[in-house]
Amino acid sequence: MPDLLLELFSEEIPARMQAKAAEDLRRMVTDRLVAEGLVYEGAKAFATPRRLALTVHGIPVRQPDLKDERRGPRLDAPQAAIAGFLKATGLAALSEAKIQRDPKKGDFYIALIEKPGRATIDVLAEILPVIIRTFPWPKSMRWGARSAKSGSLSWVRPLHAITATFGLETEEPDVVNFSVDGIETGQTTYGHRFMAPAAIQVRRFEDYEAKLLNAKVVLDPERRKDTIVTDARQLAFAQGFELVEDPTLLDEIAGLVEWPVVLMGSFEMDFLSIPGEVIRATIRNNQKCFVVSDPKTGKLANKFILTANVETADGGKTIVGGNERVIRARLSDAKFFYDTDLKTRLEDRLPKFESIVFHEELGTQAERITRIERLAAEIAPLVGADVTKAKRAAKLAKADLLTEVVGEFPELQGLMGKYYAQAQGEDASVAAACEEHYKPQGPSDRVPNDPVSIAVALADKIDTLVGFWEIDKKPTGSKDPYALRRAALGVIRLILENGIRIHLSSPLIATHFDRIAHQVHLIQLANDRRMERDIGGHVERTGPPLPLGVGISSRQPDLLAFFADRLKVQLREQGARHDLVDAVFALEGQDDLLMIVRRVEALAAFLDTDDGKNLLAGTKRASNILAIEEKRDKRSFDGAPDPALYSLAEEKALAKAIDQVKTEAGVAVAKEDFAGAMSAMAKLRPAVDAFFDKVKVNDDDPKVRENRLKLLNQIRAATRAVADFSKIEG
Amino acid sequence: MESLAPYMRPERSFQAFILALQTFWAEQGCVILQPYDMEMGAGTFHPATTLRALGPKPWNAAYVQPSRRPKDGRYGENPNRMQHYYQFQVIMKPSPPNLQDLYLKSLAAIGIDSSLHDIRFVEDDWESPTLGAWGLGWECWCDGMEVSQFTYFQQVAGVECSPVAGELTYGLERLAMYVQGVDRVYDLNFNGRDGAERVTYGDVFLQAEQEYSRHNFEYADTAMLFEQFKMAEEACKKYLAAGWREGSNRKEHLMALPAYDQCIKASHVFNLLDARGVISVTERQSYILRVRELAKACGDAWIHTEAGSAGG
Repeated sequence: MPDLLLELFSEEIPARMQAKAAEDLRRMVTDRLVAEGLVYEGAKAFATPRRLALTVHGIPVRQPDLKDERRGPRLDAPQAAIAGFLKATGLAALSEAKIQRDPKKGDFYIALIEKPGRATIDVLAEILPVIIRTFPWPKSMRWGARSAKSGSLSWVRPLHAITATFGLETEEPDVVNFSVDGIETGQTTYGHRFMAPAAIQVRRFEDYEAKLLNAKVVLDPERRKDTIVTDARQLAFAQGFELVEDPTLLDEIAGLVEWPVVLMGSFEMDFLSIPGEVIRATIRNNQKCFVVSDPKTGKLANKFILTANVETADGGKTIVGGNERVIRARLSDAKFFYDTDLKTRLEDRLPKFESIVFHEELGTQAERITRIERLAAEIAPLVGADVTKAKRAAKLAKADLLTEVVGEFPELQGLMGKYYAQAQGEDASVAAACEEHYKPQGPSDRVPNDPVSIAVALADKIDTLVGFWEIDKKPTGSKDPYALRRAALGVIRLILENGIRIHLSSPLIATHFDRIAHQVHLIQLANDRRMERDIGGHVERTGPPLPLGVGISSRQPDLLAFFADRLKVQLREQGARHDLVDAVFALEGQDDLLMIVRRVEALAAFLDTDDGKNLLAGTKRASNILAIEEKRDKRSFDGAPDPALYSLAEEKALAKAIDQVKTEAGVAVAKEDFAGAMSAMAKLRPAVDAFFDKVKVNDDDPKVRENRLKLLNQIRAATRAVADFSKIEG
Repeated sequence: MESLAPYMRPERSFQAFILALQTFWAEQGCVILQPYDMEMGAGTFHPATTLRALGPKPWNAAYVQPSRRPKDGRYGENPNRMQHYYQFQVIMKPSPPNLQDLYLKSLAAIGIDSSLHDIRFVEDDWESPTLGAWGLGWECWCDGMEVSQFTYFQQVAGVECSPVAGELTYGLERLAMYVQGVDRVYDLNFNGRDGAERVTYGDVFLQAEQEYSRHNFEYADTAMLFEQFKMAEEACKKYLAAGWREGSNRKEHLMALPAYDQCIKASHVFNLLDARGVISVTERQSYILRVRELAKACGDAWIHTEAGSAGG
């Protein structure tokens, strides 16, 4: 069966977009083929800086013929309906329709539509231009004279040529004829921009890939990556060094070259006095080069590895020389920044935060740091951290944002703070917290375990959350511009992984809400005053200033609910059953994340036992009966049952078991022994089973019936000591 | 190039380097303009780019533009950062299909041979918040050094470009340093002569860098500058308002260029105030917005002038 070759040849495509574009091209073309009834054998897409290419092999020559039966109106349908049916099906007259007998609903017309399959090449000529015009580039542009017309083509960068051929391996393939915005398809592509720029005639994928390789273009990005990483390792190894692997950088570099030529350069040893991370950031971010390390010390060596796109007569000497000059200049800048930074103590930078706005409604960075400092001091005792150290760390933790190095390389924030704190002789925990208080940044990031880091990390994140909750900027749908979900998940992981006890509805958080509300209010007043000044008139503010403390309490439960949601997501991702999480959250006053998780774990373990399963079944049965009878009587059966009305031994036994279990489970829960509480629950099971076995709940005597329903209600109540069983599925 | 006197070779002399670029682009049909007679942060601000990029009429131009970045001053102590430097600017509307090739040929004309060097087009999307402009393109690398910006303008002064113009910006000092093989901008040979006749970039500009750094960071009269910003803003709006006429079949504008001068002025005054550190972070944004509003209004006026519209 024939194959399709498609190449879209353009000016340089941004490296970061290439892989997804290749995948999009493959998906869009193959999806359309399948939708057209053309099942193919295989497809593969490639990208280089200047081209997207796709091969789809084993496509049938023609679409299958389509036979379609379309049901029409009844024979006695109004004229308009029949005319509509003819029009929709393309039948010339009713005589062309079949009649289907249907004794129940009445006879109706059926149209038999036969659509002969079209030649695949024609289908391709129809679908490919649409795909090109609707291609989902993250950012696209117009260019050239045609951009003056409306509806001109948008592409990631100017598109110059389209190769599209379709045919059998054994024959000369046909060009899939179409044009997009004046670009006619053909069989002509071009080689490497500098080494083989001439036009190349191609037939099909096999000769296309081979001819490109001859013309110094490696089509497959995986192959380019392979060459780069193999050559880079080898170059490093030959000099006794080790390549510092960097898959993200490798991906990017492979998207910047069609013909990778790996070369090694060096820089002055003096620069090695700069922290390795700064050297690496400089060389990596600005120059897209790898660094190498000395395997004996693990430290960076004064070498770098660059990947050029061209082979030169001088073996790359000029290129290496040029890159060395640029890297020398960059490292000089970095060293200057680093040395300059070391001259100022972190605390001396703080005043500048007074003029840096964190958020217009939440005040300056300085105000935020003060808040974090106070909160960290309050949290410190709860996590076993030294209060003085936690305060010190919170005070200094953000200061590196004002350093030159972090200004240049924002990704080094925190890390530089640690280095500068160490350099000025801060306590090791304080220095560590400068880096670690940002952690965990995501679900796979490490969670700090030094108490000082934990205190500051919690304070930082809780301040962010409380702040944006207070000004009502919580995340909605997919919008989370302040990364509040990440912050909440960070708090959850810090608490759970370090076994920390914090009540999220405690006064600690309430006080912080108060603190922020107060500040927000002052900022508002100041803004109002400024407005008055700018307008120049005397504008009366409507109404008196907000009394403090109003409307604050309502935000805290809402934030707590957000934590609950995040915890559910987190537990679910770890494989916990979401219904168990719901069953625990349904209990009153669940604001201690660690205890919630312990309860869920104990509950899951219990429900894995026979006792657990049966008790759940019994409780559900009780709940179901209650639900029906409550509905029938339009009343609930709260209240204690009357022991005098028990007539059967099973009733008495159940009442006794309930009392006993309630007490035992209550004691165990109070000791936070959830496994113990579950074992106590298990004792309920035989009594519940026996009760349902022997006792008829809906007794003829209404008093007895009421009393038995009340007893059932007690089962439900007793189990609530550990969880709301009604929320559990199964 | 063989016939050139040594001091006229682009790799020997800064001025010959500029002349070579001008000659190259003149041969491509560009009008060679002289620098605009106002202080501005980049060659893009020149009305020959900002305004001429708008409207349907073809426009090909090239020029050197002294660019002032008050904050980048280093009192002449940094080997390559200056508050005043030269940009070489090329604008071609509509962007020709072979603009990348032309660019590479221009590098050859100033002594950068693409068979010996590693020349790369690395993604760099351009956006100017003050001009209400954006475009897609690259930074052009030569052996790992960024030597030019290459942009297909999509929008300028809030107006969609139709057709799209291609813009090239060469950092002249940096390129010349590379070609001449010097590490410090002040060591550039300016006139290509040797011995007593030699004039360096430092001879021409070092004192100016020192003086202007002092001015920009320490002494620039902020009260005056605040006033000047307001005056330029008001004048721009006044000229714009006064320039509208009802034409024979559509609205016309008769004073877009003088109005735009005031927008350039406001932008430069803002840069000076920024360098003096008297604009807070929050205010900064609002100043940028104010300049952008001026630029947008000027763009709108321009497309109602003869050169900016299909008419005439």
